[in-house]
Amino acid sequence: MNLIQIKDLSFDYPTKKETLKHINIDVNQGTFTCIVGENGSGKSTLVKCILGLNKGYTGEIIKPERVGYLPQKSDIQSNFPASIEEVVMSGTIGNNINSIFYKKEDKENAKKIMQELEIYNIRKKCFADLSGGQQQRVLIARALCATKKIIILDEPTNGLDPTIAIQIYKLLDTLKKNDNITILMVSHDVERALKYADNVIELVNGEISFSGKPSDYKIGGDN
Amino acid sequence: MVQTVIEMMSHTFIQRAVLVGSLVSLCAALLGVTLVLKRYSMIGDGLSHVGFGVLTIATALGATSPLYIAIPIVAISAIVLLKTGNNGKIKSDSSIALISSSALAAGVAVTSITTGMNTDVCNFMFGSILAMNEGDVYLSLVISIIVTILFIIYYRKLFLVTFDENFAIASGLKAKRYTSLIAVLTALVIVIGMRMMGVMLISSIIIFPALTSMLVFKSYKKVVISSAIISVISFLIGIYLSYLYNISTGATIVLVNLTIFVLFYIIEKIKNY
Repeated sequence: MNLIQIKDLSFDYPTKKETLKHINIDVNQGTFTCIVGENGSGKSTLVKCILGLNKGYTGEIIKPERVGYLPQKSDIQSNFPASIEEVVMSGTIGNNINSIFYKKEDKENAKKIMQELEIYNIRKKCFADLSGGQQQRVLIARALCATKKIIILDEPTNGLDPTIAIQIYKLLDTLKKNDNITILMVSHDVERALKYADNVIELVNGEISFSGKPSDYKIGGDN
Repeated sequence: MVQTVIEMMSHTFIQRAVLVGSLVSLCAALLGVTLVLKRYSMIGDGLSHVGFGVLTIATALGATSPLYIAIPIVAISAIVLLKTGNNGKIKSDSSIALISSSALAAGVAVTSITTGMNTDVCNFMFGSILAMNEGDVYLSLVISIIVTILFIIYYRKLFLVTFDENFAIASGLKAKRYTSLIAVLTALVIVIGMRMMGVMLISSIIIFPALTSMLVFKSYKKVVISSAIISVISFLIGIYLSYLYNISTGATIVLVNLTIFVLFYIIEKIKNY
């Protein structure tokens, strides 16, 4: 079953012509899809179109109403005074947008997710004081609070120690296998992406140059 | 000390100032946390200059209730400041500098032509505890209650929009709407607070409590609560010292805020030593 369908998507920034050109992608439920490509190839732009952050594209994007999202590290203020619990709970806001306070079921759901991701015992700690890997765990927990159907991650292992990066990939793999969560990830870390992803999509200058199984993809080769 | 407080509170103008000042300090602190974290600290400064321009022109033209004229104009300016700051060609800090200096210049020019730089203008610049009349008190009361209630209602959303605007949009929130709401509420607080605090000093009660709290507290909720407490306490100590030593109220409040900031800074340094 297709969870995300992108049909003939094209997008231009006002200052740059044809950032994305005629993109067609199907993301099936319970799969791990990785979008790879050089810097400036249009990976993050594509994610922002899917999330509704970039308006004015042509074509069609069919996606679930709720999508979990993990932004690039640079989008988060490094010294923001917020506890882990506050950050994770904020993921539930979209589920009860008109409510003034958090609902009991949202609190219980967030607790369960924090326990699953082994951050419950440190929930009162400041987000800014955590290591890069722990921060990503917290942001994955927040994304899962929004929905347990699909999470979209924009360069989640950027700037992380290789050992920590592997832990993040393993965590995503476990979430996919145990909870049937669909994962759509943007990364320039091609080698590790090929190891864990079910499908790979490569973007070159805003166009899809490869879409298929990791085993068919040639790193640095002519795909 | 108790005797001085009783004597101080026997004056009607001080009762008014304590009521309005406490409420304005509370509201400024609540909004200040978001403004500082979203790097909009200087918006308070810019809006106070716009407020000065409008109030002086309205007064020079003989308006009996200049606050009622200033409120909508400063609120519109807040939206314009945000829009121009986001349009890419003019950066936020430049747009604040442009609008605030232009408004200040317009106010000074019109005043020079009409009434001249009299005591009223001086009061707008540096604040006066005598500036609040009964109508101002009621207006301030209503605005403060509205600001506090809206802050409580939108607390969760303001947190999310401040922490991660993209995630907020992806969650279905109209992020720009909440940023505009904060700007308009800030405009309201600035206008009702600037007559007592002064144009030059009002932005400090927005910035200081939030910065001070962030030195010690590491959760958003604690920072918000601490800012509100620090702001109101600074105001009360400030107005007391101002009465006791006959110093400008606005300046004393800012200096109390500065002292608390330095104390918190030292505490933080000792804690991390």
